[in-house]
Amino acid sequence: MSTRTFGERVQRNNDERLLTGGGRYVDDIPLPGALHVAFVRSPYARAKILSMDTSLAKSRPGVVEVYTCNDIGALDTEMPLLIPHPSLHSPKTQRPLARDDVFYVGQTVAMVVAVDRYVAEDATRLVDIEYSEPQECNIEIEEAISDDAPRVHDDVPNNVAAHCIQVSGDPEEAFAKAEHFTKVKVRVDRSTAAPMECRAVAARFDSVSGELTIWDGTQAPISVRGGIASIFNLDEDKVRVIAPDVGGGFGQKVLLFYPDELLVPFAAMSLSRPVKYIEDRTENFLGSTQERTQIHEVELAANKDGVVLGLKDNFLHDTGAFIPYGIAVAQVASTAIMGPYRIPNSRVEYKAVYTPIVPVTPYRGCGRPHACFAIERAMDQLAEELGLDRFEVRRRNLIGDDEFPYERPNLLFADGLAVIYDSGQYSKALDMIIESINLEDFKAKQKLALDEGRYLGLGLSFYVEATGIGPYEGGHVKVHPITGKVYVNTGLTTQGQGHETVFAQIVADQLGVSPEDVILVEGDTGAFDWGVATYASRAAVVSGNAIHMAAEKARNIVLEAASNMLEASVDDLELQDGKVNVKGSDVSVGLAAVATACNPLRYAFNEAAQAATQFAPAARSDEPALGDGRAPGIETTEYYAPPHAAWAYGVHAAIVEVDPGLCSIDINRYICVHDCGNMINPTIVEGQVMGGVAQGMGGAFYERCEFDSEGNPRNANFMDFLVPYATEVPKVELHHIETPSPLNPLGVKGVGEAGTIPVAPVIASAIEDALKPLGVEKLHHVPLSPNSIYEALSVAREKNII
Amino acid sequence: MKPPIFEYFRPKSIEEAVSVRADHDYSAILAGGQSLIPTMNFRIANPTAIIDISRIDSLAEYRIDDSQIVIGAMVRQRDIELSDSVYKVHPLIRETLEHVAHVPIRCRGTVAGSLAHADAAAELPALLLVSNGCVVAHSASGARIIDANELFQFHMTTSLADNEIITEVRIPVMHDDAGWAFLEFTRRHGDYAVAGVAVILRFSEDGICEESSIASCGIGSRAVRLPEAEAVLLGKKLDSNIINEASQAGKEYVSAADDTHATTEFRQHVLSTILSRAINIAKSRARYGSE
Repeated sequence: MSTRTFGERVQRNNDERLLTGGGRYVDDIPLPGALHVAFVRSPYARAKILSMDTSLAKSRPGVVEVYTCNDIGALDTEMPLLIPHPSLHSPKTQRPLARDDVFYVGQTVAMVVAVDRYVAEDATRLVDIEYSEPQECNIEIEEAISDDAPRVHDDVPNNVAAHCIQVSGDPEEAFAKAEHFTKVKVRVDRSTAAPMECRAVAARFDSVSGELTIWDGTQAPISVRGGIASIFNLDEDKVRVIAPDVGGGFGQKVLLFYPDELLVPFAAMSLSRPVKYIEDRTENFLGSTQERTQIHEVELAANKDGVVLGLKDNFLHDTGAFIPYGIAVAQVASTAIMGPYRIPNSRVEYKAVYTPIVPVTPYRGCGRPHACFAIERAMDQLAEELGLDRFEVRRRNLIGDDEFPYERPNLLFADGLAVIYDSGQYSKALDMIIESINLEDFKAKQKLALDEGRYLGLGLSFYVEATGIGPYEGGHVKVHPITGKVYVNTGLTTQGQGHETVFAQIVADQLGVSPEDVILVEGDTGAFDWGVATYASRAAVVSGNAIHMAAEKARNIVLEAASNMLEASVDDLELQDGKVNVKGSDVSVGLAAVATACNPLRYAFNEAAQAATQFAPAARSDEPALGDGRAPGIETTEYYAPPHAAWAYGVHAAIVEVDPGLCSIDINRYICVHDCGNMINPTIVEGQVMGGVAQGMGGAFYERCEFDSEGNPRNANFMDFLVPYATEVPKVELHHIETPSPLNPLGVKGVGEAGTIPVAPVIASAIEDALKPLGVEKLHHVPLSPNSIYEALSVAREKNII
Repeated sequence: MKPPIFEYFRPKSIEEAVSVRADHDYSAILAGGQSLIPTMNFRIANPTAIIDISRIDSLAEYRIDDSQIVIGAMVRQRDIELSDSVYKVHPLIRETLEHVAHVPIRCRGTVAGSLAHADAAAELPALLLVSNGCVVAHSASGARIIDANELFQFHMTTSLADNEIITEVRIPVMHDDAGWAFLEFTRRHGDYAVAGVAVILRFSEDGICEESSIASCGIGSRAVRLPEAEAVLLGKKLDSNIINEASQAGKEYVSAADDTHATTEFRQHVLSTILSRAINIAKSRARYGSE
């Protein structure tokens, strides 16, 4: 009898539409007469603007307007610092259009608005910007913090934007007591999210209603609306922001504001014409935010048995030319560094460093891949130095099942809340991966292969991920009186994760309808007024629970109304197949009829409505149509604010074969054990994990934004900046553990970023293991290209081993 | 990433096409568009006239006669790759084409177009070189043949004149006895080669190498033959020492500077590895390669 769909492999209900070209992205929004934008961008990292002349560009036929900082009124100011932090002592944010100075190649200097994008691009070449000689710059963060390094911002000495120290327990005592010390220095290079759809903004201003409508490929429509209303001094109700279908975000689209997000609405209002900006791939490399470069120096203080007593991490975080999103990425890294290990004493110190290149904001993983790479490489090295097995060293340090909730005293996560791991079965995960690898069998195969001159290696890495952070999200549920279909809204938005399916499952379970009859509308401030954004693996946790609570409340309204209508006790009712049944009888009433009955009507427009008019026999004439405190219809809204993050975790392993002749890698097996709490839909969870692993492969092998010493991008295109194709991503063997989170009613944790986090250390660990017989240098720098593996084998070549 | 304004022509005959070409100082030929369109969108190439040759029916055919395969300028790479009759007389062509980008790209890309584009890391120029092939170039004043070793000048530069159009690619059929191999090293499947080699070898009945043809792509400013490596093999039985010597000789041809994907030293290392592997494969496929 159960109609429960929670936990079932319900097919994603949006795939057919998206896979057959039915998606509607910003560029698909029909805006007759829309003008198109192209930007003039800085060709230099650091230079002074000496003069700007737009007259020639303006005279080009088809050009409607050309804007510089002098033409944008109140917008000509620094854009907001989104997340201030006490450690962020020298915050700098960008102006929509550069004034006096440029700070990175690609920074927006002037905006051309023309009848089409072709003309707009032609005209960008006619805008005459005179620059000073480019100023000296340094993009290497280790050098940029020295006293004599050229400054990105004249008033920020040593280019340090933020300096933060977090201490938990007593690290000094731990280091004094320890028997063994392991030190590693690791580096993760700069990367970019490279979403399939680049960013896009379109705006239309209705001068009759005074309403500004913005279609924005953003992860945060409600926040964008709030910001736009504030900056343009409009009532929030006069601004509607819609994120239609969005072709991938991965964090890049959570930043607000990009210059175009303000300038396009500004142009639409000043020109009284719809205006569109569709970013192209080159611009995405030049102007949309990036992430990743961090250099960690980690030291572990351990006993000879491998138990780690204390950790010190000192790291540098590259924030690019500006720091609009605050220190979120570095803060996440600083609290993820202890991973799943007990390590009760720690001292983490970091500096966020300005460099004259594209600014940094979170990218899928957000500091965790960096921290995971650092701690996991350190654990491998600790095992090697102590002559212990890599798996065993980890086991001795894992937080035990009975130690949850496990708090790291005095540490604050990126949301400003305590670091408390809520639940997990870490040792079970380790057992499962060892069993899946078949460790003994692998060791035999490895030895056999070596005898044939083939190099097999095994690598592993744990990870933890604080998911589902606050502040809050809401859920709105409404049963449609005519069709009985259920409409659901929430304030965040989707970039393809499958919200439409999992949120439908949550509601379907409460109201006894099929998930296909639950229709989700999100990403539209016209549909729901309150919320934050899609980021930090939080939609299922925060919106999911809010929607669950709203659906539960709707269920209670349905039961109460049906109880009156069927003259049966609530306890005798069940919701199933779109109906309310009296258990064990054939007496029932449809959900649509209940919804209709819950709305006292004056006018009857169909049979169902006739039953709901105030003159119908069912109505009581001695009371008002709506009882005390009752609203018409079946419509509920609830909000969920998590107490703190829910910590997901997992362990990945890979078996690889390395060909020293080409320094190339074959991944024979890739195994993943993960736990994201209760799974709403295992198929969607697996899709998230596999997509994450694919992106992690990018981080392990390919993704590296290169800049020359003058800050010029060297590979700002898909020929030279490599992302893995499907052919580069191995088959992933997935094993689930479900340890419910005690923090929320559904017991769920997030899974959006999980797969990405541990891939690089798994691969580095596996390659090192494979090449150990040859004598390979430590692989402490990702991405790992064949060229870097070649270099790690230089000693072996000198000794003529290969 | 939008091209500037250009004129568009779609001639129905070679005569019409060469006449349009003669009338424009900076025209470009549009066949499959797999290289031209991106370079225009990046504004690397800014032709004032585009001559779309897709409606010239005679260019869409290929044929095989006794001595050569003749491929019209509009013949798609995928059609040649899948052609059993081509495979029968020159199996290296299929093996090479399998390394050219991805299937959707090969379905549109043409053999002649890739040769005319002459990317230094592209596979097909190496194929033409190793096979001693040539192209036929038409202009308003007639047709001429350009041998492979004259065609490729530099990265994306050929000896084709501004008023000429490649109308045909001619590749001599491979000898029945020959062994062949194409190998390349790329960062990802379907990428341009960090280094690629094409090898054709023939042996006398007693296992002496009597024909040795080796070409490489991705290692310098254009695809090249590796005569020093060829010479090491000629007149010898190929044992591992000889093959190693040839693969070392191949290293000398690496002239590419350090780039995003490889240093010169690593590229040399890769070239010597794939060269020795390709020679071994070709040897094993040749009629008398293993005696």
